[in-house]
Amino acid sequence: MNEEQVKVPILEMKGITKRFPGVLANDHAEIELFPGEVLALLGENGAGKSTLMNILIGLYRPDEGEIYVRGERVEIHSPRDAAALGIGMVHQNFKLVPTMTVAENIILGMTELPLVPHLEEVNRRIVEISDHYNLQVDPTAYIWQLSVGEQQRVEILKLIYRGANILILDEPTAVLTPQESRELGKIIKLMVSEGKSTIFITHKMDEVMAFSDWVRVLQHGKVVAVKRTADTNPQELARLMVGREVLFRLEKEDVTPGEVVLELQDVEARNNKGLPALRKISLQIRQGEILGIAGVAGNGQRELAEVVTGLRSVTAGKLLINGQDLTNRPPLEIIKAGVSHIPADRIGMGAVGNMPVADNLAMKGYRNPPFSTGEMLHPRRILEFARRMIDVFRIATPTPQTYIKFLSGGNIQKAILAREIDACEGLLVAVYPSRGLDVGATEAVRKRLLEQRAQGRAVLLISEELDELMTVADKIAVLYEGRIMGIVPSSEADIETLGLMMAGVTPTE
Amino acid sequence: MRIVFEKRESISHWAVVLVPIISFLVSLLFGAILLLASGVDPLVTYQAMAVGTFGSWHSFTETLVKATPLLFTSLGVAIAFRMKFWNIGAEGQLVWGGVAAAWVALFWSKSLPGWTLLPLALLMACVAGAIWAGVPAALKAYLNVDETLTTLMLNYVAILYAKNLYYGPWRDPEGMGFPGSAQFPAAAWLPRITGRVHLGLIIALIFAFLLWFAFNRTRWGFETRIIGENQTAARYLGINIKRNIVIALLISGALSGLAGAGETLGIAHRLQQGLSMGYGYTAIIISWMSQLNPLAIIFVAVLMASLLVGGDQIQIMMGLPASVGVVLQGMILIPMLAGGLFTEYRLRIVRTPKIEEAKA
Amino acid sequence: MIDLLTSIFVITLRAGTSLTYATVGEIYTERSGILNLGLEGMMLMGAVTSFATSYYTHNLALSLLAAILVGAILAATHAFLTVTMRANQVVSGLSITLFGSGLASFLGERLGPASNNYNLVGMTGSRFSPIVIPGLSQIPVLGAMFEQDILTYALYLLVPLAWFYLYKTRNGLNLRAVGESPQTADAMGIDVVKTRYLYTILGGMLVSLGGAHLSLAYAPGWAENITGGRGWIVIALVIFAMWDPARAPLGAILFGGINAIQFRLQAGGTDIPASYLNMAPYLATILVLIATTWWENLSHRVGAPAALGLAYMREEK
Repeated sequence: MNEEQVKVPILEMKGITKRFPGVLANDHAEIELFPGEVLALLGENGAGKSTLMNILIGLYRPDEGEIYVRGERVEIHSPRDAAALGIGMVHQNFKLVPTMTVAENIILGMTELPLVPHLEEVNRRIVEISDHYNLQVDPTAYIWQLSVGEQQRVEILKLIYRGANILILDEPTAVLTPQESRELGKIIKLMVSEGKSTIFITHKMDEVMAFSDWVRVLQHGKVVAVKRTADTNPQELARLMVGREVLFRLEKEDVTPGEVVLELQDVEARNNKGLPALRKISLQIRQGEILGIAGVAGNGQRELAEVVTGLRSVTAGKLLINGQDLTNRPPLEIIKAGVSHIPADRIGMGAVGNMPVADNLAMKGYRNPPFSTGEMLHPRRILEFARRMIDVFRIATPTPQTYIKFLSGGNIQKAILAREIDACEGLLVAVYPSRGLDVGATEAVRKRLLEQRAQGRAVLLISEELDELMTVADKIAVLYEGRIMGIVPSSEADIETLGLMMAGVTPTE
Repeated sequence: MRIVFEKRESISHWAVVLVPIISFLVSLLFGAILLLASGVDPLVTYQAMAVGTFGSWHSFTETLVKATPLLFTSLGVAIAFRMKFWNIGAEGQLVWGGVAAAWVALFWSKSLPGWTLLPLALLMACVAGAIWAGVPAALKAYLNVDETLTTLMLNYVAILYAKNLYYGPWRDPEGMGFPGSAQFPAAAWLPRITGRVHLGLIIALIFAFLLWFAFNRTRWGFETRIIGENQTAARYLGINIKRNIVIALLISGALSGLAGAGETLGIAHRLQQGLSMGYGYTAIIISWMSQLNPLAIIFVAVLMASLLVGGDQIQIMMGLPASVGVVLQGMILIPMLAGGLFTEYRLRIVRTPKIEEAKA
Repeated sequence: MIDLLTSIFVITLRAGTSLTYATVGEIYTERSGILNLGLEGMMLMGAVTSFATSYYTHNLALSLLAAILVGAILAATHAFLTVTMRANQVVSGLSITLFGSGLASFLGERLGPASNNYNLVGMTGSRFSPIVIPGLSQIPVLGAMFEQDILTYALYLLVPLAWFYLYKTRNGLNLRAVGESPQTADAMGIDVVKTRYLYTILGGMLVSLGGAHLSLAYAPGWAENITGGRGWIVIALVIFAMWDPARAPLGAILFGGINAIQFRLQAGGTDIPASYLNMAPYLATILVLIATTWWENLSHRVGAPAALGLAYMREEK
């Protein structure tokens, strides 16, 4: 390995093209991966990184293009074919069965085992591998008992157990604290030093610089640049990724906070499994103020948003909106108190896929004039309103009557945003509002949030992007295991301190 | 080469209209094969069925007679299905409606003025049907008990209960052993329009138009649709799901109850065997084939009624089992369900180059 | 007293046999994520085809084969509609039931001999008779287990086997994964479509066998609606069994017991009208459902496979 020689790529993807109706997801994309190296795939959301990797793993089939593994032309029809070639992937949404144990998940779908697998032996091997790579996890634990970070370890263990030597990691650090991310970096280095190769999907420049040997930048499904990591820098990569010189600094007006809009007093709540999810949460948001909530996913963010919007009942404490006690009141009363909610799950909660865009836009306002008088609805007025919203918020839809599920994720989000902002009369709860959106749409979302702030609304912004919180929010509260670790003004916040708080370390100074 | 389903960019309106029609034709084709296999000429059979149902004014009125309970129950089922509440208990709700109407007609005629009898009987039929649907609705809304099973089980209970009545306590002592109640006083009869067609048909048609309006032009219709399409979203939008389920099912059951009242007050004029003819199940087929559109239900109900009447006709005329009509009905949903996919997807043939070709 | 208990238990097991076959079958189907409400129709079709075969051929093996084949065809139709064509599983199942019961009653009026106006009602064919095992059958009460027909005896083997396969084998693991999280199963190289077809069809075969037991052993012969809603009761029994094949016999024994007591009371003469007695299994089903659901809510435990009733598709954007 150490002698100088021309390396042969272990994996090549040539001229990969994949079309979805209305979208060209990959356009003659090319990949080369060398043994013992890390290739970073950099690109914004929607650039086609995940699609390209799903083709490699056999989940999607390319419309055009060829794949070579160790110099041989291969056809990958299913994840099983990919596994046979030693290719494995850690997906962004983990592929784990919550009701099964770690060991069961690891051997799932393996054909190499006897019909009646010997679980003790499997457990022993898992412990062996986890010791070697420092991926501590109990093989007999159920997945639902594990934290998100531990689940990721199971995913990596799964690949190694199955003998993968080309590992694809799709945005693996999104669910980790900065410290945990560094830990993951060490594991990748160790694997690569043993001759395995890794493809690392990300949209974060610093991770490219820290982890990779090569970087390929994707834009609109095309590979627009191939660089040796050593020969490039974050600024250049950012420019290549976005295609224009931006990295926006948003204009943030000075707004003097007014009255308290939202107040939580020692709120406690349980999650769907009946376990404590929020512990003694106390916070206040004033008019013209954005409170950001930082934290690794699964530390109570979802429950917090649901408590504030009345979707989850509180087991202790109080919820006050504009001074009015709305603890454990139904969602409708909270909506009527002026609370709007941009939920994390757009298609599952925020929109009704099988109904027209126009109806979706009217789903908050339909109870009141001009959309209805008494029980009667006025479809024409709904349509007029929808046309206006589609125009103002630049929602790309063939007609207002098109079912909303036929729109792209970004446009669905714009529609939800339009509806919620229009209906907002005091507090806006925004949960991961820019997740999965491209740079342009993200910018639009953030601008709208700042607009609301300028108009004197209170905003609760839950986000997983620390830079989003630091640019948009006035204060940042960090959630860890359902507790607020601390609230810092965003002007004084730095990533390192926030990261420690996200990992449960209380700032001592 | 392989065939894949590709998502359309919007709903295909062609498919919405064509799929039910093609499904009906496929079912006729299947029925033809079945008839051929049992040694009967399908064309002759179908002709006999058509003549028996649409061939004369009299036979057409008989079709309308059967269409009346089908229309009521299908509208009721459509309300429930719109919320994805699988009420398959229309049969039992119908039976209860018939029983309640009979109760008023049989036992209240002496103590009440004659003109109140009919409205009261219809009202009680609504109440009885509503309760029979309301119980599973409340169980679903407040305890999350599976509604398919509770509604269905209650069918058997209702049918057995009614049977007990007309074989037991309500049996007409002058009926010469015939299982059935005494005849209702004429004041409780639903007026006939033509042939055996009674006022119930008009009431059912009015309800069809009312429901179409309610579905499309009222807040209630808007809310029920949201609940049916996405319950999580409904909750998030502040819609009271539990109350809506119970209310919708009360209406659903009341409509089926009216179907039963129509059968006893309008046709038999007594409570007797033959009240439960499976209309509540045919209603499932009708409402799904009409894609839950109350106006479409009118036409499909008549079509399905014609299959039932046609089945009876070929039994009388050709000695074939009347169940031919039921088989044809049962067959319709299968191509219908298969075709549903084409409203949102189209087929695309993808050519994948073989490795050998690529190398050459 | 002991004799009375034993005789009730004999009937209990006999009545519970068809329920157990169908319950185990539906558990396998639902474990793959497919809800099949077509049971009533499939059991009726199994009953009529197996009885007709037995009437004409007097070959019981062939009769069972006919039931298995018919069950497989109907279940495959359901799988095609729900897996390939992604139709709503509830409506698809209902349509199988409506179609199956309609066709069964047509066949019942058409497959019989010309002498009986082509009707099958009232005809007799070969049947499965109880085989008494000497010695074992002498045990008080439990001896009832050894006065049964071959199909019941087969269950003593089938039920543990079904449990072992589901929880201890690789295939069982994969099956459970498909029902819990088809996305995961797919990414792990398990063929979701094939698995769902396979176990829906396998389930359909067992369900149809349950129907065959009715017309070949429990109440030999054909009668319209011979199942009397058993297909629906089974769906409740699956919930009652918490999707565990080992618990399938419990529900079957409960309902078989209700049947047996009903039978006893009617035979012994009682003041309760027959209609009320006949309501018992249906009311009991509702009670069992309420109790099971209530217990699930209380214990935060969901027994149902997480993906039950949901279509799965991979290539979508």
